[in-house]
Formats: sequence, structure tokens, C-alpha cells
Amino acid sequence: MKQLCSLMLLCLFVPQLAFANSKYNLRPGVTDISENVYQLHMTIFIICCVIGVIVFSVMFWALLRHRKSKGATAATFHESTKVEILWTAIPFLILIGMAVPATKTLIAMEDTSKADVTIKITGSQWKWHYEYMGHDLGFYSLLATPQGQIKNAEAKGENYLLEVDKPLVIPTGKKVRFLMTSDDVIHSWWVPDFAVKKDANPGFINEAWTKVNEAGIYRGQCAELCGQDHGFMPVVVEAKSPEEFDTWLAEQKQAMLDQADADAALLDQTLSHEELMSTGEQVYMTRCVACHQPTGLGVPGVFPAIKGSPIATGEIKDHIDIVVHGKPGTAMQAFVSQLTIKELASVVTYQRNAFGNDTGDTVQPSAIQAFIDGEEQ
Amino acid sequence: MSTAAATHEHHGPATGIKRWLFTTNHKDIGTLYLLFSLLMFLTGGAMAMVIRAELFQPGLQLVDPHFFNQMTTVHGLIMVFGAVMPAFTGLANWMIPMMIGAPDMALPRMNNWSFWILPFAFAILLMSLFMDGGGPAFGWTFYAPLSTTYSNDNTALFVFAIHIMGASSIMGAINVIVTIVNLRAPGMKWMKLPLFVWTWLITAFLLIAVMPVLAGAVTMVLTDKYFGTDFFNAAGGGDPVMFQHIFWFFGHPEVYIMILPAFGIISTIVPTFSRKKLFGYSSMVYATASIALLSFVVWAHHMFTTGMPLAGELFFMYSTMLISVPTGVKVFNWVATMWRGSISFEAPMMFAIAFIVLFTLGGFSGLMLAITPVDFQYHDTYFVVAHFHYVLVTGAVFSIMAAAYYWLPKWTGHMYSTTLAKWHFWMSLISVNVLFFPMHFVGLAGMPRRIPDYALQFADFNAIISIGGFAFGLSQLLFVAVVFKCIKAGEKAPAKVWDGAEGLEWQVASPAPYHTFETPPEVK
Repeated sequence: MKQLCSLMLLCLFVPQLAFANSKYNLRPGVTDISENVYQLHMTIFIICCVIGVIVFSVMFWALLRHRKSKGATAATFHESTKVEILWTAIPFLILIGMAVPATKTLIAMEDTSKADVTIKITGSQWKWHYEYMGHDLGFYSLLATPQGQIKNAEAKGENYLLEVDKPLVIPTGKKVRFLMTSDDVIHSWWVPDFAVKKDANPGFINEAWTKVNEAGIYRGQCAELCGQDHGFMPVVVEAKSPEEFDTWLAEQKQAMLDQADADAALLDQTLSHEELMSTGEQVYMTRCVACHQPTGLGVPGVFPAIKGSPIATGEIKDHIDIVVHGKPGTAMQAFVSQLTIKELASVVTYQRNAFGNDTGDTVQPSAIQAFIDGEEQ
Repeated sequence: MSTAAATHEHHGPATGIKRWLFTTNHKDIGTLYLLFSLLMFLTGGAMAMVIRAELFQPGLQLVDPHFFNQMTTVHGLIMVFGAVMPAFTGLANWMIPMMIGAPDMALPRMNNWSFWILPFAFAILLMSLFMDGGGPAFGWTFYAPLSTTYSNDNTALFVFAIHIMGASSIMGAINVIVTIVNLRAPGMKWMKLPLFVWTWLITAFLLIAVMPVLAGAVTMVLTDKYFGTDFFNAAGGGDPVMFQHIFWFFGHPEVYIMILPAFGIISTIVPTFSRKKLFGYSSMVYATASIALLSFVVWAHHMFTTGMPLAGELFFMYSTMLISVPTGVKVFNWVATMWRGSISFEAPMMFAIAFIVLFTLGGFSGLMLAITPVDFQYHDTYFVVAHFHYVLVTGAVFSIMAAAYYWLPKWTGHMYSTTLAKWHFWMSLISVNVLFFPMHFVGLAGMPRRIPDYALQFADFNAIISIGGFAFGLSQLLFVAVVFKCIKAGEKAPAKVWDGAEGLEWQVASPAPYHTFETPPEVK
């Protein structure tokens, strides 16, 4: 309580200093907009505190002084049109005072014109896909926290649940426009330091923008309940200087070309069953495990089991089909654009042999490629 | 004379279970509603305990995320539709006829029906938790397409349960309106109605206006999921954002459905224990009506992040801010009622005072949430969770507790243990703030709602919140003890239990006879 009182006092008298980036309050963030939002928040908070203090001082005065046990006798007044008008009009004027700066900030936030960089953000259960428009570059960003930390088997790291395998990279000092959409349910892309939170709705494209002043790593989370692993869908953004950003962009494009070459080279190779199994296990434990569970048993009535499943023990072609194309209208996604052909081959091999499925099948990357090519013809 | 007395005997309650199953008596039905609501309050509370136990520490310990989502969803549904709304309907059943000098509710058989379908609705909802795939896990707001394409097959049970709850509410609302309009005692003019009756009348109109909208929303979810329609499916030309517009067109008036009767209760209790007439009676009536009207034009403030045009965001920001004006008027009137009164602190008054302070705190955070640019930061965080628990728990639930402590002697004919009641009050007051106040902090610091696990910087506050939660949960067992002890025995209560109380309900004996006002009283 004492801590609470001092907190209240602190923010009343030194709103600028009051726990910047603290565990108690909104953060001023790293953009002009987020700073404005923070100031707006503090202004309204202080107005509310002042009103509260005045109204409740009057009330507690009455509770202390006008009590029966002190011999107070009740007065008989019970209406006054003048007073009623007064306490309708004054709050109204205060509201106008709040609405003016709020309107200005909102208009600035909604102006997505004249962007330097445009990034399309697509949410899906439970990952983000980032696409640099006009640069032919895109990638998925997934939770990087190991299952062991979540299940309390290992010590939790510093950025527990707020770390990804591949962060979004943006340049500082440039206006970056975000286009949000979703492949399945509604998600919401949120980075508190930018004061950007926008829903990713299937079938819609929403817009937001930011202009980051300081280089750094900024962390957020999905803010709209999107199913089982809603709490495990972080957003990490790395802001780099424009020069470093350009270098990074060039590296990424090169890496994509290298990957394509590696895929092409794989077509002539035969990978060992063991290699496919071990890669497959890794892929399964990051991509499949959320729904189908580490045991392969799924969640009855929600997510089907892999163990003994007619698909994972039946025709190889059907199995590849569902992994590559997903199952429309369900949470099963099309993984063709998310995984390399080696990863696809590995995970299919793994599922056909793990959990006692023991089909003994080995699926090579070339089989995956043949399946995809066969579709195209 | 003797025959008259004999026929009168026949109007007494039936015996055993039949009394409760077939009753058309407003007092019996009121009791049923109130006890059912208490049971649901404890059930929903138990689910909150599961949520808080899982969130006590970071990491997944007790439940898996899918079950966690079922808990948050069913906790919300049960507290809204099972605890708060039936409690208010129970109070309306008991008190409205006695306050307006009517012999009973206007439609007694429908009254029986509107109660007795409720247990079935909640049995269906709770049963779905035990089926393969579990119960609803998409939040009490059941946003499509999470509740349609991506939900499990038990969603039909959820839809059916909501339909029954809605039908029950609509019937209850019709009954309230017909009773108030037709059965007022001679001389009970509109501007003489007790405020609890006024606020309930306005609430009943809100219910009739919006419960069908909810029924429409769940029906569209049903047909989208099972019959191939595409109301909310973008791939079929539908619109998932439209779902939210429909839901919140119901949802916002719904939150006033849960708070307007509370305003009526506080406006009844504060004058009694200040021994002074309510300040600004007519402005209270007008403020209630304005809040109800405004509640229809603010719904999209729940959806600022869905991507609305600027003009839409501005309109809904301004209209939402406006609501604080009539709400402020109410708080000022309560304070003015206490001013220069002769105040005493019985249990109902203590809950009423706590209501005024803590509900206003929830009102302040509500005003902050109305400011669109800042709402982008608050939206879907624990700041929102703190906000609506302040208005619903320390608001609606505290007002229900206040009402129970105010009228319990009238219902049972016994005075309850005031010591135990005060223990209940202080323990609830302290624990509820340990529970909900730190939620403001974690919300502002960036913790999203509806997550089963969280980043490490939120750990300290979550532990405190959980401890507050367990303490608040346990404190409510004291309330159960007070109520059941009071039903069984206690000091005999006089007709007029509180010396400052006014109103027709205090003119009849305690406990209130099975039939009251068979001949209407004359209201001067």
C-alpha cells in the first residue's frame, strides 16, 4: 500500500520521469507517435487522479464528519438543478480538453502515406510471415523458446516467450508501412515500443506504420486470442541503421538463392534414413508439436493423432499431399511455402516411422519435388 | 369468513420439491434465481482459481493451453450469464412487486419457465467441458472464424446453451416491463418509482433490444460451422469483422444490463444509511436513460484495432467519452446524498461505499480506454481485464452483495451475523484489490490477456494477483456461511429492518408473507 501511494504521488508530480520503461506503466517507446501516446496516457491518467481525489475527499469528509455515531443529524436538501447542470457541464468541458490532443494523435497514426518500406505481415496459427514488398523476400518467424523451458524442465532464458528464430528487420529513421492480414483466424500484431497494434484479419488488409528513432531489438506478442498457442506467438523486430538494413537485405536475397541451389542439388541425392529421421524430428518438434503433441497423440476432438493415423500409415502420396497443401477449413496449414523440400521429406519420413508407426518408408526430397511438379502439370 | 380463511390457506406454498418446481410465486422464483446465481458464482469462481493457479508462475504447470482457454471462456460465460444476470433477475423478482405494491409478477407461469430453463442451459455448457475436444475455447466473445471454422464439434452445445440463456433473459425482461407498467399500486406515479425499479425497467428494454442480436450471432456461428453458410468466412465472401460488429452491438448494452440495476441498488442503500433522501432523483432517472441510449452507439470502441476508417474511430471515441458524463452525475449524486447526512456503516452500506469508489476507479480506466490512440496500447492487455473486473466484480457483484445484506432479513425474517458480514466485507475488499489492482500494472507493461504463460518480467505481479485471487475466492465462502446461517436461524427481524429505510417493502412483515399486497396499498 505504501509503495502504491508513493507510486501515485510520483506520477502526479513528475509525469515525465514516472517509471519510464518500468514494470508499472506504459512505455514512451522509440517513435514520435509512441511518445505522443505515452504523454496522452499520462495526461488523462493525471486528470482522472485529480477528479478522483476531489470527489472522494468530499465523500470521505462526509463519511468522517457526517456520521450518526458523531451525533450528526441529516439535512433535508435533496435536489438542485443548478448543481446538476454544473456537474454535467464541467465534465463535458474536461472531455473536450481530452478529445483535442487525442484526435490530433489519432489522425497522425492513421496517415500511412509516403512510406519508404512496405512489409506485408501475415498471421497464421501460430507464427508470423513477413514479406518485403518489391524485394522478393519473405520468411516465417516462430517462437524460439525451447519446449523444455516452457515445461519447466530447463531454466528460463532472459527473453522467455519473447524470442523468435528470425526477427523482422526494419531500417531506423524511415517510414515503414505494415500491411496486416491472416491465413486463418484473427491475430493482432503488436509492438508496444512502436505503439502499433493492428488486427490481422483473414480476407482483409489492414495498414499501420512506424518510424523508429533508435536502433535496437523490440519485442511484442500476438494480442488477439487465436487458439491454443496464442500465448506462444511473439513478435520481435530488429531496427538497424539504413546502411546495415541494406546490407542485411542483400545477404538475405543471396541466402534465398543459395537455398534454391541447395534444393536443386538435393534432387540428385539419396539421403540416409537416419539423416531424414533426425532432421524430421527437429522439424516435427518445432512445426507440428503444438497441435499433434510430442507424443504424436494429438488432442482428441481437436487435433488428430499422428500415431496410427490412416494418413501417416497409408499411401505416401496422401501423406505428402496433406503436409504440402494442408487441409482447407482446418488448422492444418500448407507447408509447401514454409519448409524446404528436405525438411518436408524429413518430416514425412519421421511421421511415418515415429510413434510406433513403423512403416519403414523413406521419403526423399526428390519425391517431394516430383509431387509438387506433378501437380503443376 | 371461515371460507375466506380456508381458501386463503390454499394459496400457501406446496410442500417439498413440488413447491420449487411448479412455483409461480415471485418470492420463490426470486429465491431460486438467487441461489442458482450463487452456485454459478462459485462454479465460475472455481474456474478463475484454475486460471490463477496456472498463472501463479511462468511456465506451464497445471493445465494445457487448450484447457486454459476453455477455463477463461467458460469462466466469462458463467459469470456474465449465470452469476450476475440471474442475481439481478432474482432481486427483480423478489423486490419489484413488493416495491410497487403488486401482488406478484404479471406473468407468473412464464416466470417459472424463464427460471427453470436456466439450469439446463448451464448443464449443457458445463457438460461440453467433459466431451472429447472439450468445451468452448474461443473466449466468451467467440470471435469468428476461431469459433466457426477453427472450433471443435462441441460448439453446437455452446450455441444451444446461449440460446436458452437468451430466451430466459428475454422472458424475464418482458415480465419486468409488464409488471412495472401494469401492476403499480394506485398513486405509484412514474416519478415516484423507487430507483431500483426504474433502473430495472430500463435494463429490461435493453435486454429485449439486444438479446435477439446475440441469438442472431450464435445462429450465424451455428450455420457457418455446420450448414455451410459463409456469414463470417472471408473465403466464401463473408466478413469476420462483421461478427465483431454484431457481437458488440449486443455486448456493449450487455455491460450496462449488468450495471444499471446495480446503480438502482446503490441509490436505494445510500439514502437509507445516510438517513437522507436521495439527491437528484429525477437527474438519476434521466442519467440512467441517457446511459442506456448511449450504450447503443458506442459498440465499436471494443474494436479500435480491427482497422476502422478514421471517421469511425473518432465517432466511437467521442460517443464513448460522453458516457462518462451521466455516469459522473450518478457518482456526484451519491456523494451529495451522503453529504450532511447521518451516516452509519452497516454491511450493505459498506459494500455500497466500496462500490462507489471502486466502480468509479473502473470508470476512470474506462475513460482511458475510450481514447482511441492510447487504446491501441491498452487493447487486449491485462489493463482491460483490470478495467472490466473493477466494474463487474467491485461494481456489479459488490452491489449484489450489498443488496443481499440489505434485504436478507426481509427475505428470511432473521438478522444475519453482522460480525461475519463485516469480516466478509473487509476480506473481500482487501483481497479484491490485491487481485485486480496489479493487473493495471502488468497490462500497461505489456502483458496480453488470455495467455496461459507469460514473459518473466510479469512474474512478480502475477504471483501477487494469484494470491489475491485465492484470498478473494475463499472470502466468498464466508458469504455462503452468512446466507445459510441466516436462512436457518437468527435474531427475529422487525418489519422495518433499517431505521432509515423507505419504501413499500418495509411495510410488510419480515419474513415477507408468501403473498403480499393482495389488496393494493395506497401510495400518497
